[in-house]
Amino acid sequence: MNHNRSRASLSADVLQGDIRAIARLLTRVENDDEVGRAALEILFPNSGSAHTIGVTGPPGGGKSTLVNELIRDYRASGNRIAVIAIDPSSPLTGGATLGDRIRMTEWHADPNVFIRSMASRRFGGGLAQNTQAVTTVLDAAGFDPIVIETVGTGQDEVAIAQLALTTLLVQTPGMGDSVQTLKAGALEIGDIVVVAKADRPESNELARDLRRLQTLTFSGTSAAVGWQAPVIKTSAVNREGIDKLVMAIADHRQWLETSGELATRRRQIAATQLAARIQHDLMDQILQPTRHSMFATMVDEILARAITPQRASQLLLALLAHERIRNA
Amino acid sequence: MGTPELDPMRPIRILVAKPGLDGHDRGAKVLARAFRDAGFEVVYTGLFQTPEMIANAALQEDVDVVGLSILSGAHMSLFPSIMEELRKVGRDDALVVAGGTIPEDDIPLVLEMGIAAVFGPGTTLNTAIDFVREHAPVRMDTA
Repeated sequence: MNHNRSRASLSADVLQGDIRAIARLLTRVENDDEVGRAALEILFPNSGSAHTIGVTGPPGGGKSTLVNELIRDYRASGNRIAVIAIDPSSPLTGGATLGDRIRMTEWHADPNVFIRSMASRRFGGGLAQNTQAVTTVLDAAGFDPIVIETVGTGQDEVAIAQLALTTLLVQTPGMGDSVQTLKAGALEIGDIVVVAKADRPESNELARDLRRLQTLTFSGTSAAVGWQAPVIKTSAVNREGIDKLVMAIADHRQWLETSGELATRRRQIAATQLAARIQHDLMDQILQPTRHSMFATMVDEILARAITPQRASQLLLALLAHERIRNA
Repeated sequence: MGTPELDPMRPIRILVAKPGLDGHDRGAKVLARAFRDAGFEVVYTGLFQTPEMIANAALQEDVDVVGLSILSGAHMSLFPSIMEELRKVGRDDALVVAGGTIPEDDIPLVLEMGIAAVFGPGTTLNTAIDFVREHAPVRMDTA
């Protein structure tokens, strides 16, 4: 194998499934640099077929362990599977401890399992900035399914549902009484609700409360278009429930296809990604070295209570538009 | 969105692994924490890592640096296998550093294996961090 491909093309090697090229390109794409962007242009038409499975839930709730069990099941069925495991970056230093992989080391000799850790880089919502682009690369490289494990989440991180086709919401026993299951937010985004650590006490009560919640679903949620999120109990210790979970994921995919919801979701995902990118690119332009001082001035003005953040934003956008006209 | 006024350099990615069969991971955990606080992205794989596991993690995670913590005394047999596995997967371009209980007499031999630095007991965390920051490789690719 030729490993001195500094001059060779990463994207061609990615399409061949070359692991080193994939890993290398993921770094470039994660950093959103020129090489990464150019490769995405080439790879994008080759992506879009993989099923994407989001796994979200509280920190320490058993997400990584569950993903490890999913790998086992999908490998037994012959799938090439990729995992993107996201952990938080420090708001103070930007550093991160990426510790999900530790639950999945048993696959080190299997070339059909690819695991990549990502730091959130303060993106928020439980994801990392360029998660979508990383998914595109893995998709083009032929991995299917692609599992995206979010940062440990609380009540309000729902971005994963705008990225994955099937979202697994992982809950664990012992986190509060049945009122918690009534709350809005993250609990609403699970296409499948998983009660992990089902070998623990209180898992039956939690599963019961969550099931009651599911049968109470009113219009405006996915149940209104014909999917009722199943509640599935899993135990990695006893290796129980994983087969049911994998079957439920397949059922959900089937439902997405037959109901027409797949096209709707894909459209939502595309729109969300585009909106996020526009936001990012606009910020990027405003923070260009030539304009950065304007931004800093606005911050000063806000601190002096001389201008509202709302008005300052309008002014900066107007400035951008004005410069563009002048340069046109 | 991050804090736009602090646009930090892209973080350096480092794998912190603890090869060998002893259960002493305190050193590795301290290192992982110290590098995190210094702004690195630390992939922490924990205890009982075989050379194959370390090489595979370095490959898939595309880390710039591999940090090995070893206290078992087995470095003279483990380090050559780790370097060999890294070569096999094409990741001998990573900077490899080691810490732990490595006797003075062994250090020249360890450096000869291609390990860039050995941080023995008494090394300050800053020494290790500064070394890694200074020596982490810059790699070039094309799309």
